[in-house]
Amino acid sequence: MNSHQPAHYQDRLTSIALVSLVTFGLLIPSAPTAHAQPSLARSSSQVQNRVVKIYGAGGVGGLDAYQSGFLVSPAGHVATAWSSVLDVDPIVILNDGRRFESKIVGFEPALELAVLKVDGSDLPYFEVPSGSPDAPIARWGDPVLAVSNLFNIATGNEPASVMQGRIAARSKLDARRGTFQTAYRGEVWLLDLVANNPGAAGGALVDLEGNLLGMLGKELRDRKTGVWLNYAIPSDVLRAPIGDIIAGRKSVSPVDDDPLLARDKSHNAATLGLKLIPDVLETTPVYVDALTPNGPASRADLRPDDLILLVNGRRITHQRAFRDQLRRIDRRDNVTLTIQRENEILEMTIRP
Amino acid sequence: MVLWTAIEMTLEMLRTVMSPSTPRVVRAALGLTLFAAVVSIPIRSEAADVVTTNQPNAASNSDDIVWRVERERTDAIAKAMQSTVCVFVPGGAGGGSGVLISPDGYALTNFHVSSPAGTYMRCGLNDGNVYDAVIVGIDPVGDLALIQLLGRDDFPTATFVPSRSVRIGDACYAIGNPFLLATNLQPTVTAGIVSGTRRYQYPSGTLLEYGNCFQTDASINPGNSGGPLYDSHGDLIGIIGRASFEKRGRVNVGVGYAISGDQAQNFLGSLFSGRILDHATLGATVGTDDDGSVRVTNILQSSDAYRRGLRYGDEILEIDNRVVQTANDVQNLLATFPAQWRVPLTYRQKGRVVHTLVRLASVHRGDELLEEMKTALPPPPPAPPTPPSDPPGDAPGDNDAPGDEKAPEEDTDEASENAEDDNAEEDSNNDRPAEDEGSSEEKNRPKDSAGEPIPQAATERIEERKGFANYYYNKKQQSKFIARVQRQFDGVNPQATWKLQGQATIAGEKEPKLFEMIVGDDVCELTIGSRRERLATPDAYVQSVDTGSAGSLLAAMRSLKRMLDKGPEQFGDTYYWGTAPVLGRSPLRDTTVATHSGIETRFYQHPESGRLELIESFADRDGDPAELWIDPPEWLIDIDAQSFKRFALSDAPTDSATTNGTPTVLQLRYGLDPLATLNVKSWSDTDMESMPTADKDAVSDATNE
Repeated sequence: MNSHQPAHYQDRLTSIALVSLVTFGLLIPSAPTAHAQPSLARSSSQVQNRVVKIYGAGGVGGLDAYQSGFLVSPAGHVATAWSSVLDVDPIVILNDGRRFESKIVGFEPALELAVLKVDGSDLPYFEVPSGSPDAPIARWGDPVLAVSNLFNIATGNEPASVMQGRIAARSKLDARRGTFQTAYRGEVWLLDLVANNPGAAGGALVDLEGNLLGMLGKELRDRKTGVWLNYAIPSDVLRAPIGDIIAGRKSVSPVDDDPLLARDKSHNAATLGLKLIPDVLETTPVYVDALTPNGPASRADLRPDDLILLVNGRRITHQRAFRDQLRRIDRRDNVTLTIQRENEILEMTIRP
Repeated sequence: MVLWTAIEMTLEMLRTVMSPSTPRVVRAALGLTLFAAVVSIPIRSEAADVVTTNQPNAASNSDDIVWRVERERTDAIAKAMQSTVCVFVPGGAGGGSGVLISPDGYALTNFHVSSPAGTYMRCGLNDGNVYDAVIVGIDPVGDLALIQLLGRDDFPTATFVPSRSVRIGDACYAIGNPFLLATNLQPTVTAGIVSGTRRYQYPSGTLLEYGNCFQTDASINPGNSGGPLYDSHGDLIGIIGRASFEKRGRVNVGVGYAISGDQAQNFLGSLFSGRILDHATLGATVGTDDDGSVRVTNILQSSDAYRRGLRYGDEILEIDNRVVQTANDVQNLLATFPAQWRVPLTYRQKGRVVHTLVRLASVHRGDELLEEMKTALPPPPPAPPTPPSDPPGDAPGDNDAPGDEKAPEEDTDEASENAEDDNAEEDSNNDRPAEDEGSSEEKNRPKDSAGEPIPQAATERIEERKGFANYYYNKKQQSKFIARVQRQFDGVNPQATWKLQGQATIAGEKEPKLFEMIVGDDVCELTIGSRRERLATPDAYVQSVDTGSAGSLLAAMRSLKRMLDKGPEQFGDTYYWGTAPVLGRSPLRDTTVATHSGIETRFYQHPESGRLELIESFADRDGDPAELWIDPPEWLIDIDAQSFKRFALSDAPTDSATTNGTPTVLQLRYGLDPLATLNVKSWSDTDMESMPTADKDAVSDATNE
C-alpha cells in the first residue's frame, strides 16, 4: 500500500474536488475504530532514562538541596544548572534508581551550566544539537515537554515529572536588564508552561521526538512585578561548552600538575593587591574584603564583595584552594579571575 | 492549542507514513484535507459509497484525525462536564468540586471540602440546577468524602478507568469549581497531561495522606479540590485533591495531585456505610537495603503479618500482587487500603518464597482518629451574613498555621473569599422564599453551616452518631444486610434450638466421623465422633475461639442464630462495616460487624447474590478469628498455608455457589488452614430439654483431659 502512495498525492494535487470526495468518504468507515486522544506517553517515557535527580548542599534558609540534570555522554557526563546545590560533590541518581557520587568537571558561570561526571559506561544520553540558521532545533510555537524532578516529587527509581507546553519565544534574558536576578545574559527559550519550579533547574526540555532542546533554568522572578519567568537555555548555546568539557579541552578542575613555586616567586593575595574576608571556615568562600589602593586588583576594577569563582579558568571553592592555585603561578605573570558581582559574571585580568 | 497538537500529529503521521515525500507535499496535503473536511460535510453519505472498495490511505486518515481528535475532545469534555459537581458550602463558607458516580446521586469529593459544611451542602450541576446534598461517609486519612445529591434517580455519572492503564503523558482534563467561579453552575475545564504516576504525598499528622496518586500539569487551583480528573474519553482517572504551591502563592504552578481511582474504589464501598474510615498499616516497618531489596526492619508481634510468619529481615516481594521495589513502594501501596482489609503478601524468608494473606491493622486506635480530625482541620470560617462584624481575613491565617510546606492545601478558605458575595445573593434570591413557610417547624430543624435550617428532604437523611459521618446510611445498609440473611435462612426457625447432623472431616484425619451440633440461645454443643464440646458461658465461647478448638464454630453459629432471631438492633452493637475482599479476592464483600458478649462477629455477603459466605469470630483483635465458611467454593476446601499460592487464587473460578436455603457444607478455618469440614445432612429444630444431660458433663470432662 505504501509503495503507490506518492502517486495518490499527485492525483490529489491535480483534482481538488475529487480528492475532497474521496477523503471524506474514507473518513466514515474508519470513524468507528476509536482513535485515542493524542497521548504523549511515548514522548514522555522515551527520555526518562536520560534524566537524573541530583542531591547536594542546601535544605536550609529556603535553599533546596535537590535539582535535576541529564546525561550528555555514555561515560556519565551530566549537564545541570550551576547552583548552591553543587557546593558539595553532589549525589546523582539515575532513572533506574542507581546512585552515584559525582565530581564537578565543568563549570560555565556565565551560562549557569555545570557538568558533573559519574562513573558509568554505556549510559543512555542526549545529543546536544546545535541546529543551523536554516533548520533550527526548534521554533516558537513548537510543543515541548519539560522533564525534571521539580519539588523533589520523585525519589529513587520513580520517574521524573513531565509537563507539556510550548515555546513562546526565543529571546535574550537581559532584554530588561536588572529586573531578573541572573548571571545568564544570553538567549533563552521562553516557555508557556510553569516549568521553572524548585528542583526543576537542570532538567531537560525536549521535543515530542525526545530530542534535547535545552536545559531548564532556575526559578526567576521579575524584581519589579513579581512575575515568575519560565525559560530554558537552548541546546545550541550549550553544545560547544559541553562538548569542550566532555572532550577534556576545558576543565575547571584545579591544576595539580604545575609545580608549587617558592613563596617569594609565586602570587598571593598581597601581590594581587587584595584582601579576602577572614578565613575562618573549612570552606570559606573567596570574597574580596578590601583592595590595596592603586594595586593590581584595584587597577583591574576588582571591588570589595566580589566573589572569586575561577583563577585562570580553574574552579576554586574556598580560600585554601585559592592560595594553592596562586602558589602555582609565577608572580610576574598575569592572573585571570572570573568573579561574580551580584548577578553579573565578569572576567578580569590582573597585571602585576 | 490542542488543534495544533492534532495538526502536528497529522504531520507526524504523514512524515512517518510517506517518508519519501517532501514537507511541502505534506503541507499541501494537509491544507487539502482541511479544505476537504469543510466542504464535504453535506456529501458524506454520498461519498461513503465511493470509497468502500478502497483502502484508506495516509492523507484521508490524516484529515480524519484532525477532525476526530477535535471532536473526541469536545465530546469527552461535554460528557465529563455532566458528572462534575460544584460543591458550595452554605453561607459562603467555601466549597469545591465533586464527581457523580451513581445515578441515585452519590458523588465523591474531598474530606477537606465537605468538612466545613458538616452534614449538608448545596451542589450545582451543569444542567443549571442546584441540588441539596448530604454527607454519607468520610475518609479523613485519604481525604475522600462521599455525598449524596438528592432529588433525582437519573443523575449522569462518571466511570472509573483502571489506574494501572493511566500512563505518564496521557491527556487529561481537570473539571471543577476553581475559585468557586461556577456560580453560574458551569464548571471550569483545564487541560494537561499526566505528569507522574504512583506519586506519594506526605500526610499532615496522620490525615490527608496521598498514596499512589497521579500528578498532572493541568491547572489545579483552590476549588478544584474534590473534583474529577478525566482522561481523554471523559472517564474518571481520579479525584483531585491537592497541589504543590510553595512560595508562589495559592495558584497553580503546574503540579496538582489526584487520588487514584483504584484507591477511591477501595474505599467507596466502605464510604457507603456512613462511617468515618481509617487506613491500613502492616504492623511492620520496612527499609530499602543496599542491594535494592525491601527488608522488614521491625515488626509487631501482635500483627497478623507476624502470625503469618513474617519476621525481621525478610524481603517483601509483593503486596496485593503488585511488585514492590522500594520501601516507598510499600507505603505507597499500603496508603491505598482501608484498615482491616486482608490482602495478599509475598515475601522471601531464608531463600523460600511465601505467599500469604495479611489482615491490615488500623492506623489509629480507639478515638484517636476523631481526636485527630478535631485538631487537623480548622473550624469552618464564620458564615458571613450572620456576624457582619467578623473580620473576614481570619480564616486563611488559621489555615496556614500548620506551616509544613508539604501540608495539604485546603482550598476552601481562599475560595470562600471569592464566593461570599455571590452566595449571599443566591441565598436571598432562591432559597428564602421556599423556606419561609412554617417558621416554628423551621426552628426545630437542624441548621446548616450558615445557620439556616436544612431542607426537609435532607434532614430525613441525616442521623448524627459518634463515630459516624451519617448513621442514616449505616442503618440503610443494616436493613439490606438483615433482609438478605433472613432470605437465605428462611428455611430455619431462629427461635428454636437447631440440631445439625452429618459427617465431619477433621484436618489431618482421613476418615470422616459423624457429628452432631446443637445451637441454642446460650448453650451450644458439638459432638464429633466421641468428642464433645459444650459451651455454656460467654467465657467459654471466647476461650474456644482463642484456643482454636473445633467448638469455636459454635460461636459463629450462635451469632448467626442470634442475628436471625433478634436482628441488628437488638443483637448488640451492630453496624455495617463496608466492603472488603475475602481471601484477598474480588468482588468486595458486604461486611457487617456485630459484637455480643465478648465476641466480635463479621458477616461477609456476596455483593450480587447477597449470600452470606463467611462468618468470622474474633475473641481478640490480636489473634486469628475463627472463620466459618458457609458452602465454601470447592477449590478452597483443601487449601492450607502450604498450598496457598497466588496462582491457586488467581486461577480459581469465580465463586458460583449461590444456592439459597440451608447450607450443606460448613468449614472452620484459622489463618489459612482448614480445621474441620462438616457435611450437613440434616438441619432441624429440636427441644433443648430432650438433650441427654446426664452424660454430657462426663464427655465434656473427657475432652478436657
